[in-house]
Amino acid sequence: MAEEFSGKKFSGKTVYNGVTMGKVLVLRKDQEQIRRKRVENPESEIERMQRAAEASKQQLAALYDKAVKEVGESSAAIFEVHQMMLEDEDYLDAICHVIRTEMVNAEYAAAITGDNFAAMFAGMEDEYMQARAADVKDISARLVRNLSGQGSADFSAMEPSVIVADDLSPSETVQMDKKKILAFVTVHGSTNSHTAILARMMNIPALIGVQMDLSEISTGMTAIVDGTAGEVIFEPTEFQCSEAEKKIAGEQEKLRLLQELKGKKNETHDGRTINIYANIGSVSDVGYVLENDAGGIGLFRSEFLYLGREDFPSEEEQFQAYKQVVQMMGQKKVIIRTLDIGADKQADYFGLGKEDNPALGYRAIRICIKQPDIFKTQLRALLRAAVYGNLSIMYPMIISAEEVRQIYAIVAEVEEELKQARIPYRIPEQGIMIETPAAVMISDELAQLVDFFSIGTNDLTQYTLAIDRQNQRLEDFYNPHHKAVLRMIQIVVDNAHKCGKWAGICGELGADMTLTETFVNMGVDELSVAPPMVLKVREKVRAM
Amino acid sequence: MKEFTYVITDKEGIHARPAGELVKLAKSYTSSVSVIKEGKKADAKKVFGLMGLGVKQGMEITVQAEGDDEDAAAAALEAFLKENL
Repeated sequence: MAEEFSGKKFSGKTVYNGVTMGKVLVLRKDQEQIRRKRVENPESEIERMQRAAEASKQQLAALYDKAVKEVGESSAAIFEVHQMMLEDEDYLDAICHVIRTEMVNAEYAAAITGDNFAAMFAGMEDEYMQARAADVKDISARLVRNLSGQGSADFSAMEPSVIVADDLSPSETVQMDKKKILAFVTVHGSTNSHTAILARMMNIPALIGVQMDLSEISTGMTAIVDGTAGEVIFEPTEFQCSEAEKKIAGEQEKLRLLQELKGKKNETHDGRTINIYANIGSVSDVGYVLENDAGGIGLFRSEFLYLGREDFPSEEEQFQAYKQVVQMMGQKKVIIRTLDIGADKQADYFGLGKEDNPALGYRAIRICIKQPDIFKTQLRALLRAAVYGNLSIMYPMIISAEEVRQIYAIVAEVEEELKQARIPYRIPEQGIMIETPAAVMISDELAQLVDFFSIGTNDLTQYTLAIDRQNQRLEDFYNPHHKAVLRMIQIVVDNAHKCGKWAGICGELGADMTLTETFVNMGVDELSVAPPMVLKVREKVRAM
Repeated sequence: MKEFTYVITDKEGIHARPAGELVKLAKSYTSSVSVIKEGKKADAKKVFGLMGLGVKQGMEITVQAEGDDEDAAAAALEAFLKENL
């Protein structure tokens, strides 16, 4: 048959509902690290390098034109600078020099030269110039990609696509333009993975555990992703397309009806209310929060400022991001969680190293307490941004009252430094995440120290049930409604209320509408959910 | 050879974007153009070298142009610096 692949259907596990149709973008892992290879003819390597540089410049020129239209000339100028860097004779001569003297392949020469130039910038005093090291690495990486024929690893020129991959890491997904992702379809991953969390945030269908052979699927194919049926169809037939279009229209109608709940209260028939806030991962997500009429931001995952980059974000960069979010939210509450890195969220420049048991390892507040320099940069940015709106700080992975006292001591140091330097700041409301069984058991003691609790049900469930949330083989054992977890939530809420504090839920359980009624009855004060879930949960509360 | 000095007033100094524009301008002349800061000299037609000088607000730079169109090059660069930096 000529169209052997036509209408090929695969099943998977749905992590977010919805139906969509669009072009496929397959992301393949870089097969190998850049290898140093000896070459016999350096002149032909130099020619290859020059061709790759030419191709890179053309891509950058196209990116520049596109960026001018989308974001304006001044923001687009960086692509023009990148082109100039690729024309820079010192840079090109250095690559040729390595190829000729060491008799090595162009990929290796480009990578090593990029590292050397980046090191020169990184060694400069000026913070801005230090950041240019990333630009040099960026153009070198582009050159290497073009040399090894992997030009597609660049997300900047991406069309709206169904992302198909083996698995996705948070650092890969942060680089993508969220508006251009129609759906996720992966071979691996779990329902609580970051891809899944991202899909919920963006309100797009996502399927995991799809038993497909990636070598048979190519970028540019058409795909229908049906989260409701748990199916993906590659190269669908005309009939399948028209069926999908009907479903898509039906979903849009449901969404339209939900819009009518905007501006209404989260109130039950007997007059009980609950706050419904939204979880976000970056400044650009605030749009989703406002669009869905959330009462505030219950969890801003600040670690996404740290992922997908080469070096720590500066205080100024963080300050601008936090300030922008609180200003965009007006008087509404914005709870920013301090750095929660480690475990499944890694950034190379932290140099954390491999651990046998990362979920129980060196992560989150533990890093912050042990490496206060990293922590203080973030705290300074937060205290400064607090001046501009209703900001609260939340500390993750707490297991003891002693940790809270250590944090307060560091906050006091930061406050003193800001005061000395006459920089405007404010000490905002400070709370903690309850995500370890230890914190639940001492929540009576913790409630006296902090202003609020927010229960992180993903980790709390994983630690309580001793089930690794990344391990697909355990999904049958993973019961998110386990009585142990629900009783813990009740304990935490009661202990908070005894001290006149409030308690919310910011894990995925908060958006589980089979539990909304239970939570309201338990006296939970706030649910923080993915932005597209806000109106759905409101609908549920109002029906009580 | 034409030469002039200029004190940078832009608070970010010669950062990536203006460095790029300056290189583009310098390249449009056949004369060789250099920028000197505290005895360090960089070719104004090479963006890495120029950015590598790390010129910041308040610093004085010397611009030299040498070649057939040195008068025009020096005048254009001076105008550019006054306008943008």
